[in-house]
Amino acid sequence: MAARLAACRGRAGPVAALGRLRDPCRRWSGAQAADTVYDVVVSGGGLVGAAMACALGYDSHFRDKKILLLEGGPKKVMEKLPETYSNRVSSISPGSATLLSSFGAWDHISKMRHRAFRRMQVWDACSEALIMFDRDNLEDMGYIVENDVILHALTTQLEAVSDRVTVLYRSKAVGYTRPAPFPMVDSSPWVQITLSDGSTLQTKLLIGADGHNSGVRQAAGIPNVSWNYDQSAVVATLHLSEAAENDVAWQRFLPSGPIALLPLSDTLSSLVWSTSHEHAAELVSMDEEQFVDAINSAFWSDANHTDFIDSAGTILQQAIGLLKPTKVSARQLPPSVARVEATSRVLFPLGLGHAAEYVRPRVALIGDAAHRVHPLAGQGVNMGFGDVSSLAHHLSMAAFDGKDLGGMSHLTGYETDRQRHNTALLAATDLLKRLYSTSAAPLVLLRTWGLQATNAVSPLKEQIMAFASQ
Amino acid sequence: MNFAYLNKMESCRDPGTRLYSTSQTTVDSSEVRTFRALAHKWWDEQGAYAPLHSMNDLRVPFIRDNLLKTLTEHQPGNPLSGMKILDIGCGGGLLTEPLGRLGASVTGIDPVDENIQTAQHHKSFDPILTKRIEYKACSLEAIVEENIETFDAIVASEVVEHVTDLETFIRCCCRVLKPGGSLFITTINKTQLSYALGIVFAEQIAGLVPKGTHTWEKFVSPEKLESILESNGLSVQTVAGMFYNPFSGYWHWSQNTSLNYAAHAVKSTAQETTVSAELVQSGESGTPS
Repeated sequence: MAARLAACRGRAGPVAALGRLRDPCRRWSGAQAADTVYDVVVSGGGLVGAAMACALGYDSHFRDKKILLLEGGPKKVMEKLPETYSNRVSSISPGSATLLSSFGAWDHISKMRHRAFRRMQVWDACSEALIMFDRDNLEDMGYIVENDVILHALTTQLEAVSDRVTVLYRSKAVGYTRPAPFPMVDSSPWVQITLSDGSTLQTKLLIGADGHNSGVRQAAGIPNVSWNYDQSAVVATLHLSEAAENDVAWQRFLPSGPIALLPLSDTLSSLVWSTSHEHAAELVSMDEEQFVDAINSAFWSDANHTDFIDSAGTILQQAIGLLKPTKVSARQLPPSVARVEATSRVLFPLGLGHAAEYVRPRVALIGDAAHRVHPLAGQGVNMGFGDVSSLAHHLSMAAFDGKDLGGMSHLTGYETDRQRHNTALLAATDLLKRLYSTSAAPLVLLRTWGLQATNAVSPLKEQIMAFASQ
Repeated sequence: MNFAYLNKMESCRDPGTRLYSTSQTTVDSSEVRTFRALAHKWWDEQGAYAPLHSMNDLRVPFIRDNLLKTLTEHQPGNPLSGMKILDIGCGGGLLTEPLGRLGASVTGIDPVDENIQTAQHHKSFDPILTKRIEYKACSLEAIVEENIETFDAIVASEVVEHVTDLETFIRCCCRVLKPGGSLFITTINKTQLSYALGIVFAEQIAGLVPKGTHTWEKFVSPEKLESILESNGLSVQTVAGMFYNPFSGYWHWSQNTSLNYAAHAVKSTAQETTVSAELVQSGESGTPS
């Protein structure tokens, strides 16, 4: 037996002639020789998927592993930074920046362009209530970065580890076959992936980074809770009336949805305006001047104020003033918008989703494949990068312990870490969205007082900031 | 409860050690039968061997870190690259595969043919492991002559409590080990507690382990093991207790060695071997087994 097995082993390389042999051992070897066996395949080369491939590609315990990144789209090469800013931007938390630095991508980003913000003001359209987040030592609270810039940085870093990480562009997985649960069947124990060109490959671990309609999630049979919000988001690049320090992220809750102005440069800001589908459609089709007026009025108008709420808010504010005579950050005024960058207006529908499980044997979900969130807290991509950081850590430990990378013991560790964080954020974001989608007096009063109180209690505010900066 | 599991695993793992070797063998042929029936269950992480799977969380780092101490530099991603390891009583390959993934060339031996077939089948899907691991259905004694001072490390995990003649077993280990090489042993202590939990509870009361899986008389205390090791020129570096929590399914290191424990011993290098050879001889004559 030993001799036979040894012979079989010796043949594992060439495919030819193995098929016709009846010995089961040879049959297995034959199947294996036909496909490349990867250690990890990441499906989806967006920001989160590319970051996952990078994190593993630069991990010293993964030095000898075979990693594959599958991306349906073409390779995007940015020879020169375009002068016009892209309208798709992300708010990158310090935690995400740390992850990007860990494999060198942040260097590229800081050499290209990004804008740090040091304060964040969130306020209500129906009252004077506001909350101001800042750091005493003027540390950066986060960075606004164009998605194209992040992706370019990741692509550049992936090229540098092309011996470990293979990237297949324009290749879409059309089918995933998970191994049978029984350990002793004659079929392959790996996940088999069929690509659109008919070729197949195998992997010990499949990571789904393929967005909120994740094919990996469906193939793994993981249930997903989801609903669409009655809102779309309108994004655009805006020119400010005058050059300013522009280091504040502004967000105002209107009854129709939150509107946010994120700094891009001294004279430019990025808009993310969540509102009803009809209003969003109207906003993208109206002429530029009307659009700019609509934005300015959304930030400045007091039309939604009522005397009752205003006086109730003032009373609490005065009470806080008595208890805590030092400073409670004062309301600042957002910059006014002069014009909109041509053709930068786009809308997309919003929804919430959460996978019941993030892992199955040999499968893990990250980013929007695991959770989709309302953009109001600017946490979508940061949650994804948090997943990358956690999963990379668990896989690195598993590799150093010689474990089978598709095993459940460390995958469960990843799931536990991230679900705790992500479900809290998801629930909080959803609650805020609902709480602020109304102008009913009792709820307005509740949130007014809630926001004022939160603003006054520094430890609570610090907790929120610490959580959001992960 | 935990002991029941422990016993089960232990019993499963070691049957390998003693099967058929022609002339002289430390394999217990009556135990081999018990394990044959379980051979296909090796790779079910939730199944009968679950505690052995989770024991890897302790024993792989234990072996890896102690071996890394002996290396001046190692290749990232393949820390054990270049090391030849012998895994005695490898069973289905539960410990052999992780060591192979860390870059070592591993020879796994087990007297139970079915175990070796399972191990062989399992690794055949992995192109890397296929190259690094070699399995043989045989006893330790059968390969001693052609492997004198061949291995950088020997692993005998959950094996020695099934061995009929521990002295001979250790002497064989010593012969195939390179000078300065490491011997790693995990096993179960010979205490009243291990009798109560490992045999009475697990086999007689709870029925978690087939009757006859373990023989308490064959369990080894760390002191006894240490004296055998030292008399064979193996200096004991570490003895650490291990504790299995049956509720969590995880193992923990512990100060207490009254149940399970792990030991690491190093074979003395060239100059000392002459001295230790004398010791061995006197040990042989002095302690009839």
